[in-house]
Amino acid sequence: MGVTLNNYLLVSGLLFTIGFAGVLLRRNIIIIFMCLELMLNAANLSLVAFSRFHLGSNGLPDYNAQILVFFIITVAAAEVAVGLAVIVALYRARQTTHVEDINNLKF
Amino acid sequence: MSPILFWLFSILMLGFGILVVVHRSPVASALSLVVSFLGLAVLFVSLDAYFIGIIQVLVYAGAVMVLFLFIIMLLDLKAEEVRKWKPIPLIGGVVVTLGFAALLVKVIHRFPAGNKPFEPITTKVDDVRSVGMMLFSGYNLPFQVVGVLILVATIGVVLLSKRELK
Repeated sequence: MGVTLNNYLLVSGLLFTIGFAGVLLRRNIIIIFMCLELMLNAANLSLVAFSRFHLGSNGLPDYNAQILVFFIITVAAAEVAVGLAVIVALYRARQTTHVEDINNLKF
Repeated sequence: MSPILFWLFSILMLGFGILVVVHRSPVASALSLVVSFLGLAVLFVSLDAYFIGIIQVLVYAGAVMVLFLFIIMLLDLKAEEVRKWKPIPLIGGVVVTLGFAALLVKVIHRFPAGNKPFEPITTKVDDVRSVGMMLFSGYNLPFQVVGVLILVATIGVVLLSKRELK
């Protein structure tokens, strides 16, 4: 029995769940940021799996999805740069990366 | 790809993903994330997406993770000290995560179209050429907009890193 689309979707969803759990449970802002990256990559995996599943008329994968993944990776790289700059600025102001120490705006 | 290799690399990816969440030391988390991304790149290659797989290794496992490690070492973060867990956020996080996982299994269970194996590709796959042709013809405008986005991100990072804003 070969590998099916549902196997890939399950793995992608579990990766998303791990990232989601990390964002909810961890309190170090850098770890939360890494878990955000995990969630983005889980979305990429399901996009590529659908791209391979939906063969076009020429018998090749649907490359529209892969172009979307390309754009997601580009935007995510820009997001990482800006986010880490924000974390460095925050650390300079407060000397902490722990989200519970940064709660001035908390309701 | 044979199912054994698929499950091997999936478990590798998911296992190191879990290590990212449970490790106390940020450096260990970042290195686990590198391994997780490498496993993901193998899964991309197994789906005949060679270009995306290589981009994954170069951009994520390479550039992005070096940036993460650089910031962790710049801020000189030590392993997190053990703080007392507050019960309500902990229970809330676990319940929401498990509920999400249960919903996921239910949705996939009710998607029978995805249960047949992938059809084999008979023609030659040259995905770098195909992606490149589409990127520079049909997706030319978004491609240039992304270029502007990266420029804006660069300027933003420089501004944010200044000591004081004037």
